[in-house]
Amino acid sequence: MTYISQPSAPEVPVPEPVSPARQAWRMFRAHHAAMAGLAFLGFICLVSIVGPYLYTVSPRDMVWAPFTPPGASQYILGTDYLGRDLLAGLINGGRITITVGLTAALIAVTIGVTVGAFAGFFGGQVDNILMRITEFFQVLPYLLFAMVVVMLFSPTIINISIAIGIVSWTDMARLTRGEFMRVREMDYVKAERSIGARNAWLIWAVILPNAAPPLIVVAALAIGNAILFEAGLSFLGLSDPNTMSWGRMIGDNRPFILDNSWGVTLPGTIIFLTVLAVSLVGDGLNDALNPKLRHR
Amino acid sequence: MILRRIVYAFVLLLAVLVMNFALIHLAPGDPVETLVGEMGGATPEFIEQMRAAYGLDQPFYIQLATYLGRVAQGDFGFSLYFNRPVLELMFHRIGPTILLVVTAVLIALTLGTFLGVLAAQRRNSWLSHLVTVFSLVGYSTPVFWVGIMLILVFSVALPIFPIAGMYQSDTSATGLAFLLEVLHHLILPAMTLALIYLAFYTRLSRASMIDVLDSDYVRTARAKGLKNYLVIYKHALRNAILPVVTFAGLQFGQVLSGAVLVETVFGWPGLGTLAYDSILRRDTPTLLAILFFSASLVIVVNMVTDIVYRYIDPRMRAEQ
Repeated sequence: MTYISQPSAPEVPVPEPVSPARQAWRMFRAHHAAMAGLAFLGFICLVSIVGPYLYTVSPRDMVWAPFTPPGASQYILGTDYLGRDLLAGLINGGRITITVGLTAALIAVTIGVTVGAFAGFFGGQVDNILMRITEFFQVLPYLLFAMVVVMLFSPTIINISIAIGIVSWTDMARLTRGEFMRVREMDYVKAERSIGARNAWLIWAVILPNAAPPLIVVAALAIGNAILFEAGLSFLGLSDPNTMSWGRMIGDNRPFILDNSWGVTLPGTIIFLTVLAVSLVGDGLNDALNPKLRHR
Repeated sequence: MILRRIVYAFVLLLAVLVMNFALIHLAPGDPVETLVGEMGGATPEFIEQMRAAYGLDQPFYIQLATYLGRVAQGDFGFSLYFNRPVLELMFHRIGPTILLVVTAVLIALTLGTFLGVLAAQRRNSWLSHLVTVFSLVGYSTPVFWVGIMLILVFSVALPIFPIAGMYQSDTSATGLAFLLEVLHHLILPAMTLALIYLAFYTRLSRASMIDVLDSDYVRTARAKGLKNYLVIYKHALRNAILPVVTFAGLQFGQVLSGAVLVETVFGWPGLGTLAYDSILRRDTPTLLAILFFSASLVIVVNMVTDIVYRYIDPRMRAEQ
């Protein structure tokens, strides 16, 4: 008897199992514009956090002659109509703008997801009532409503964030509702239900994670919207008068654009770049999390 | 059906009013204390008397009913700063705002649909990429800043357009000449407001058109040898435009918000500048009335969009 030695199986490299999160990150990394956006946002956040400690010039003090152009003094970006340092304004203003943007977006996302989840999960009369409320907030002219709220209550950071948050959640609610209605009918949800899962568990642990990808993208965009919104409010003078913000710089310097266009162009460019970076990150997230919707 | 839509619109209007009132009610600060403070103090009895005189001692729902009754009679209160009834103040401002907003939306809708359709036909062309970039930029730019930049370029560097206002303050033009003067003033603010939404509509109509172009009936239309422009503008666009129209209606509130900022930048004498002025003067009745009026405008526009939608989409009519 001869034994024919079994040829050993050819070495096929088995791909390492990749978690969905890691896969999404790979896709995101491949999106160069989104990576650039992320880098820029990181830079802005870093400057907003540590900047005021490193560059200690006060954004409120008169430091040099008014209307000094960039590069003409030790204050490299020049001064505004009151002789205040523009660079200090940009660094300190970023803090307020980013804080309000994030807080307001968080409020909007929380309300939107909650309302949408309940409407989509329970359907019927609950859905009907919640959607009527959503429609009501949709017809409110966002900015005017926020203006009224901020004027009646004082223009503190938290009031401004709340004012922005309570008018910005409707898109989120509609999207969440749609996703919940779709996922609710999936077999795995029915299976969970059949073994007696509670509603709270179904909403939180079963449906929400599966509905999350498109929601994350919209949540990212909500931050950009909130930053633009804050800029608009503070441009109109509805911001805390004791703090600097990018929109306020534009509003303050607007009457003097003929002598001092950089007091308006600089903060505007920063707002534009920041919101652009947020939308690019949103675009990248969309590619990474919703691959089917690509190339739209 | 249309009747139901109108009833619904009224309910929404009522809700806006109730919220308006609740906001003032919740706001910190007591009007009587403020008045007394300005008078230099008063006895507690006098304060009680004033409260009764203004009806402020009544429970919330009675005060609310009084307020609603006044509004129903067209009484929106009195602007202390401008020293005139609020309604009268608003009356002259409505026309300019509607002119600005309607012009901007029309520019954005027509140009946006056109660009979107062009981009959808050549999905990977430079035009398509340009549309994507342009819509990202349009979305990310603060509208008031765009306005200031346009002023810097087209009114200061190249003095083609006026810096602000709706007509020359010392104008003597009448008839057609006056119309042209207003048009000349209208171009920059309308373009500013349109730019933001142009980006949005372009992207939306491109996405919607791409969907439609893949459908069977478009293939059939091509197969029977129809000319390209007929396929696009007669067959495909009819369906592709539906989401654009819906969003144009839904977004009207946002356009009005944009108008507040654009009017402020260009000194356009509409509701937006009035809102800005009333913020500076902390003139609450005026601001609340503007909020109510703008909300009504949005509600009416939404209602009209709904009805137009039915007209464009025969399927909706069949459902009734």
